[in-house]
Amino acid sequence: MSDLRDLYQEVILDHNRNPRNFGPLEDAGLRADGHNPLCGDKLSIAVNVVDGVVTDLRFEGSGCAISKASASLMTESIKGRTLDEARKLFDRFHQLVTDRSAPPDEELGKLAVFAGVRDYPARVKCAILAWHTLRAAVDDNQDVVSTE
Amino acid sequence: MTSRAENDFRPDGEVFDVERIRALFPILAQRPGGQPLVYLDNAATTQKPLPVLNTLSRYYANENANIHRGVYGLSQRATDAYEGARAKMARFLNAAEPAEVVFTRNATEGINLVAQTFGRQRVTADDEVVISAMEHHSNIVPWQLLCEEKGAQLRVVPISDSGELMLDELASMLGPRTKLVSIVHMSNSLGTINPVRRVVELAHAQGVPVLLDGSQAAYHMPVDVQALECDFYVVTGHKLYGPTGIGALYGRRSWLEAMPPYQGGGDMISSVTFERTTYNEVPHKFEAGTPHIAGVVGLGAAVDFIESVGFSAIVEHERQLLAYATTALEAVPGLRLIGTAPEKASILSFVLDGVHAHDVGTVVDTQGVAIRTGHHCTQPVMERFNVPATARASLAMYNTTTEIDQLVTALATVREVFG
Repeated sequence: MSDLRDLYQEVILDHNRNPRNFGPLEDAGLRADGHNPLCGDKLSIAVNVVDGVVTDLRFEGSGCAISKASASLMTESIKGRTLDEARKLFDRFHQLVTDRSAPPDEELGKLAVFAGVRDYPARVKCAILAWHTLRAAVDDNQDVVSTE
Repeated sequence: MTSRAENDFRPDGEVFDVERIRALFPILAQRPGGQPLVYLDNAATTQKPLPVLNTLSRYYANENANIHRGVYGLSQRATDAYEGARAKMARFLNAAEPAEVVFTRNATEGINLVAQTFGRQRVTADDEVVISAMEHHSNIVPWQLLCEEKGAQLRVVPISDSGELMLDELASMLGPRTKLVSIVHMSNSLGTINPVRRVVELAHAQGVPVLLDGSQAAYHMPVDVQALECDFYVVTGHKLYGPTGIGALYGRRSWLEAMPPYQGGGDMISSVTFERTTYNEVPHKFEAGTPHIAGVVGLGAAVDFIESVGFSAIVEHERQLLAYATTALEAVPGLRLIGTAPEKASILSFVLDGVHAHDVGTVVDTQGVAIRTGHHCTQPVMERFNVPATARASLAMYNTTTEIDQLVTALATVREVFG
């Protein structure tokens, strides 16, 4: 059970049950869809950017607890940031969930709860799906993002 | 035990001794994280018993040489082992003769072989190929590729809410444009055993040949291709307790003779000049290049092993286990089984209320229980039942009721975590 709690931290379970910024965003300027074909995770991200700053973003879709909580926490962390900051945060998050030797990174804030994912290689793509999808949306890439 | 021959695993009297079977599978002794390994992903691949492992090792240690070529004794022994395994597979499927067995990499390659030879030869614009809504991607995509190339139509027989093939719909789809029916014998995501004899009857009444995908069926029940009267039947070795990378295609001799070669190369020819090549006789026409000789020999050992245990014992053990597991899983709060056909075997696909299948898989894995989660290479089935994914426990001859109990306990842990 203790190992499991490292992965399924209370914050993750909470965001899985009650995802923040969940639902449609009317009149969104940018959108992208993401898909994990192997697990069946599907999500859409809708973003508004004004003068290089993410003023609003929301997500919809279905997926496992890790992918849903990751999308939810991502929206919280990104809102109000510049695109440049968002890209940097993507890289930091990527390192968090893939690099076992990565030192603690205070910049990540709440996102640090996903550190446990690095011990479950099969779940990394669940955690990273929302981020790839966001990047596709802001880079205006209309293709469906797939982590496979 | 001492009075038995080395390769005799028949149950003593009426009693199937699962512990004696388990002792033959070294991998089952593993204890991941200090807990016994509960391996319930047999529909993906089965574990390998000592007779198969020993045969592989013995082949490489004592018999390895290229086949159908050398005049020396070792090459002859390798050839004998290879062709001997073909005879075993022919017996296992009750083919009329060993020449009706073509070795392939797996069932997928068997289907692609038929699509690329029989299919390309016989399917033309506006023709139709009929499959079902419960096919594995390996029995969908090869036909899509063929139909795209030829301008033909892929028709899909629907399935019922319990996961049964709708035979009436199948019958109504058959017509003069139908060139092939390609249907799974037993579904890998639902467990449904299809009435394939009836499918063949319906198709043959319209003059339509039938391919059966036996990837799942062949290790759960006896298969008799002559009794089924099917035209093609594909199996994969790694689900038959045999090695990976080897499978077999049964084809009626008349079809195999009429079909063009699949791949060109050595061994599939009888003579080559730059002007003209004549092809080898069946089945060698379809086996270009040095084949997976050790795999074939190992597959021969695998079917020997299955026959030695005996399907009557295997079917009965797995039937009892499926009944036990079905009752046990149905008692888990919030669990819904996907695939409840009256005729089914050894597969328990399920969803758990409020918990994604992937999370179920991760949590039960930490309890030592290996199950599959996802779409099981049957995305249309997931769509049909309106679920993103399922968790799937799939049984083999070595599974026990204790292991089912461990799965149920692990599912209780899922509830503890997710509430």
